[in-house]
Amino acid sequence: MIHIPLWRTLLTVGVCLLGIIFVSPNFFTREQLEHFPSWFPKSKVVLGLDLQGGAHLLLEVDFDAVLKDQMTSLADATRTVLRKERIGYRGLATKNDAVILTLRNPDDLEKAKTVLKQNERDIEITSTPEGQLTLSLNENTISERKKSALAQSIEIVRRRVDETGTAEPFIQRQGEDRILVQLPGLDDPTRIKNLLGKTAKLQFRFVDTSVTAEPGKPTPGNDVLPSQDKEEGHVVHYAVKKQAIVSGENLVDAQPGFDQYNRPIVSIRFDSLGAKKFGDATKNNVGRPFAIVLDNKVLSAPRINEPILDGHAQISGSFTVQEAQDLALLMRAGALPAPLKILEERTVGPGLGADSIASGEYATIIAILMVAAFMFIAYSFFGAIANIAVVFNLLLLFAALSVTHATLTLPGIAGIALTIGMAVDANVLINERIKEEIRLGRKMLSAIDAGYNRAMTTIIDSNLTTLIGVGLLYYFGAGPTRGFAVTTSIGIIISMFTAISLTKQIVAWWINWKRPTRLPI
Amino acid sequence: MGLQLIPYNANYDFVGKKNFIFGILMAVAIVCLGYIFIVGFNYGIDFKGGLLLEIRTQQAVDISKLRSDLSGVVEGEVTLQEFGSPNDVLIRVERQPGGEEAQLAALGKIKEKLGASVDYRRVETVGPKVSEDLIRNGIFAIVWALVAMLVYIWFRFEWQFGVCSVITLAHDALIVLGLFCIFRLEFNETAIIAVLITVTYSINDTVVIYDRIRENLRKFKKMPLRDLINKSINETLSRTILTSTTTLLSLFGLYLFGGPVIAAFSLPIIVGILAGTVSSITVSAPLLLHMHLRPDQMQNSTDAEVL
Repeated sequence: MIHIPLWRTLLTVGVCLLGIIFVSPNFFTREQLEHFPSWFPKSKVVLGLDLQGGAHLLLEVDFDAVLKDQMTSLADATRTVLRKERIGYRGLATKNDAVILTLRNPDDLEKAKTVLKQNERDIEITSTPEGQLTLSLNENTISERKKSALAQSIEIVRRRVDETGTAEPFIQRQGEDRILVQLPGLDDPTRIKNLLGKTAKLQFRFVDTSVTAEPGKPTPGNDVLPSQDKEEGHVVHYAVKKQAIVSGENLVDAQPGFDQYNRPIVSIRFDSLGAKKFGDATKNNVGRPFAIVLDNKVLSAPRINEPILDGHAQISGSFTVQEAQDLALLMRAGALPAPLKILEERTVGPGLGADSIASGEYATIIAILMVAAFMFIAYSFFGAIANIAVVFNLLLLFAALSVTHATLTLPGIAGIALTIGMAVDANVLINERIKEEIRLGRKMLSAIDAGYNRAMTTIIDSNLTTLIGVGLLYYFGAGPTRGFAVTTSIGIIISMFTAISLTKQIVAWWINWKRPTRLPI
Repeated sequence: MGLQLIPYNANYDFVGKKNFIFGILMAVAIVCLGYIFIVGFNYGIDFKGGLLLEIRTQQAVDISKLRSDLSGVVEGEVTLQEFGSPNDVLIRVERQPGGEEAQLAALGKIKEKLGASVDYRRVETVGPKVSEDLIRNGIFAIVWALVAMLVYIWFRFEWQFGVCSVITLAHDALIVLGLFCIFRLEFNETAIIAVLITVTYSINDTVVIYDRIRENLRKFKKMPLRDLINKSINETLSRTILTSTTTLLSLFGLYLFGGPVIAAFSLPIIVGILAGTVSSITVSAPLLLHMHLRPDQMQNSTDAEVL
């Protein structure tokens, strides 16, 4: 008799039963599962994009652009403060991450530092005795602002993707400045890429008609911006005031529509603050043109015919219907704090995904059959027991994948096949040990016991070293690599259970039932 | 009654032939190393950046016409490869000069040229930044895996075991990397996985043998070290061969029936596991003879370090 405590028997049987229950949803369709009782598990194995088809985009937030913007506004603020305090300066310029200026009178140094620090607390000021000042943001502030820009970007990306109606998008932060967007089932991400490629910074600004707009030569207080229109083959430029009347932050809604000539437009609605700003500006400037600027491009430059006080406005600008729809979507979702760069794009069509699943399944089944046949030839009865363990290993592996929502990828399938090969390893170790103990003259039962006990340290040492390697693979790897690491590590852990507890249990039952006198090993 | 692959009283003299075996394996490793440094890898899209498209067309594809069509719209080299069937083509385009935007612009041009009738089964564009990260992470993963295993084995056994196992693993990794170099296999992120699988698998075999050596060191305190190591290798030989066979069987299943992508992935693993099995048996354990495993007076008399 091999004695196994009752609690261990119950635990082993319990784990196997739970495995069967949790793996079963994978054999039913979603509709069928709806009719099952509520306690019944419903989660299935999540397939990676390489298996179910879909688009994968890796985006990077361009912080340099954010920093540049902030330096420009810091330079503006510095100019205003120094003028107000009547401190003379020259050579005010922005560098990559700093604003530099030189005081006309080095004696003003302390005063200048104090007033500038009062105006903007998060800056650091260094100076030379000759009166040169360097203003920069301190490390903490920069990292805080990066963090908030990333969080805000993720939110805007999510809103834009949601608005397109893509099913179950997966959007996640990656590292310090990246966003991973996964869109299952989408095999042409062109539209999403276009939508994400725009910052969508919307501004309403006055056109300065007193100067001529020459590209590349802005006059003080103005920007020269290109428009969508062409005249005699040249793009029309406008000289536009730097100061915005009102910007996209004050929008509450934007919808595509048509004007009285049936041309696509976007109608927008401001919030109360935006409506007031816009109302005041239009009331005082009837007859002047203003520009609707999106990402530093003039969409249109209409003349103010009458004050617009209700906060409703229309944007026209020779759009196609699709462009008007996308523009409205971008305005509703809001502007990105910084431009996004697409670092990586991977798309898998549904056909290839289905093929991969089919060939993966086929190859796995063949692998199981070959291993099972080999194990049976090598260990006959004990080989058959090891094969039962392999079947339960796979079953529990899929149950674990279903419950944890871990993603199954193509390399993950390779991981499963490798796990099958390795799952029998523990049984090989045990069986070889039992054979050895019998040769050394032990009685059958004590040989079995010794075989299991002695093989334990080896199994634990060899599997733990393997787990360490796979763990690092998970830590450093990205999508497909992680898929492999997940199935392999779960497989190894489960194999320790199936090979040790399950097979020993089966052997014990068999011995108690048959009472054999010698081992068929 | 089961089959006995290895006779149970096997007594092959692995330690006696160690210099011969070390010589061969060292030569193979040096050839691999030479290839890696002189010829270099055939880097794929993951590490080089660029574009990759797998398309399926209605009719069989005229590869040479397609190549000249595409060469006209993008910069750099365009390689085409029939992928499984005459209607399936794998298109690889070198990384376009410029940053991330340039890659996406090239993709647009290619799609325009191919027209709407083709079915895009897979499209990948990788910009320069991502490929740098992937290379760095791949190297980190391999190096840290080696270090972590060294520490674990040091902790569970003795430092000598750790050092010998890492030497063995480095050899195995080199063989797989050499395979990629010599046969110009595309070196992608999956290649790093293949190396790591090789390493983790080989350590498994090595640990099983070391475990037996540790056990025998306690059991046979007077046995000469070279006999003890030989005995341990032979006692575990049956298990080492059996487990490698089952793993190789399932990998062959993948290689033959898993489709082109899985096949490309499983081939280097098959070679790696073969190399790992051989080196675990013939290198990792005999190498221990050169380490001071026991206090000096107990070392084997044939060991040169003992006076």
